Amino acid sequence: MYKSLADAIAEAERQGCRLADVALAAEARDQGRKTEDIRAALKRALDVMRGAIEKGNEGDLKSASGLVGGDAAKLRVGRGPLAETAFRDILTRALAVQEVNAAMGVIVAAPTAGGAGVLPAVLTGLAKAKNVPDERVVDALATAGLIGAVVAERASLSGAEGGCQAETGAAAGMAAGAATEMLGGTPKQAGHAVALTMQGMLGLVCDPLGGLVELPCVFRNATGSAMAMAGIEMAMAGIEFAIPVDEVIDVMGEIGREMDVRYRETAGGGLAATPTGRRLAKERLYQIKRSEG
Amino acid sequence: MVSLLDIIGPVMVGPSSSHTAGACRIGLLARCLIGGTPERGVLQLHGSFARTGEGHGTDKALVAGLLGFRPDDEKIRTALQIAEREGLDYRFEKTTIADAAHPNTVRVTVERGDTTATLLGSSLGAGRILIHEIDGYPVEVTGNLETLVLVAEDRKGSIARITSILAEHDVNIATLRLTRKERGGDAFIVIECDEHPDAGALAEIRGLDWVRWARSLDRVSGGG
Repeated sequence: MYKSLADAIAEAERQGCRLADVALAAEARDQGRKTEDIRAALKRALDVMRGAIEKGNEGDLKSASGLVGGDAAKLRVGRGPLAETAFRDILTRALAVQEVNAAMGVIVAAPTAGGAGVLPAVLTGLAKAKNVPDERVVDALATAGLIGAVVAERASLSGAEGGCQAETGAAAGMAAGAATEMLGGTPKQAGHAVALTMQGMLGLVCDPLGGLVELPCVFRNATGSAMAMAGIEMAMAGIEFAIPVDEVIDVMGEIGREMDVRYRETAGGGLAATPTGRRLAKERLYQIKRSEG
Repeated sequence: MVSLLDIIGPVMVGPSSSHTAGACRIGLLARCLIGGTPERGVLQLHGSFARTGEGHGTDKALVAGLLGFRPDDEKIRTALQIAEREGLDYRFEKTTIADAAHPNTVRVTVERGDTTATLLGSSLGAGRILIHEIDGYPVEVTGNLETLVLVAEDRKGSIARITSILAEHDVNIATLRLTRKERGGDAFIVIECDEHPDAGALAEIRGLDWVRWARSLDRVSGGG
């Protein structure tokens, strides 16, 4: 797989194809797999993503601690200024997947479980709004995989290593680049969408209450999706980000390495260490232990 | 090498790809080392595994792996109860393994009959794992390929004999690494293969009188 998005974009431009094609060809070559098998695996992932959205929308889920669950159903019928828009639908989908994840349901880690809501929300939400056929959504998953692979090589996809910027931040970058291409953007525009989105997620800490992938993770997937939408909108308008996308990814890795361990999934800092965060974590972890006997 | 299907995947039971799915995969490899569900397991958790493992279901996922459940198996949720029913006696310890160890690291020691094995593994994020050490020997096992692990007397021609057995069984070798603690001591050999070495190949290798021990580790990562 590629270690630089600039290289992948240059290759797509040289061949006059999309990043999705470049990604599928590289995967077939690296892993010795047939393209149709890779596409079939991505289609299965898409089906699991849709299943999780459906399950989360039903609204009767509760996480292990009871801290999260039921908010996707609330947002779906809310009366805010985004009611009836695709944007609101996308935010709802992100909450739905992440509520399923917190309840130990089946999801697709994309790239991780903690950030698993963003990519399905943005891709399936925009596909529905713009009538994009499934085949193109599967292509978009390949593009997203390429972007994520570059982030894995150059920086990190682990909250314990790089904070939330490495999980929901990477997910938002993947979603933005993939959706931009899915909606007709060029490989270059897709690259700018990744950069424009990830610049907004730099420095984001991983601070879950009690170390549970619940709070704020569920909501970070919605706000991360919003960041991806901003990146897509700007890139498709032809806006270019002056810092090359590979350098944005590199600096995310650098910031992650310098981030204090309290902000890397240890529940030692951030929201987890607020007075209420500490109190809730203590109460709820006790409840989990008691309920399991 | 990173695979697209590691990034868009795995399909897994939540809530954490590193603390749940990756942990489950490390458990699965430990199980393979002893050829089945262990009777006893000691799981020493380091770093973030120790600090936040409980909330992420790391305990359930590691035990689920020892029981042979894959990361997308909903039985992970009740793995601790299932372990009790199946007579798997497990114990968790919180420890510091080494300053340089990856934050999500665990040392797993398992026993089954008179076979024991210890591995040191890390969960790298997005469900990817790396086994650094098996029975004290340094290794690099990702679980992305079928892997053969064997301990043999350090003698001339051993690699040639083993690789020819694999070739006869139509197995192509992707990577091969031999390490030893001292000259003339035991050699530890890790072979990653493109195909699953069949039972015949493994039996033939085990039949060599200078091979002390050989195990086949399943492919547990790498998408589908």
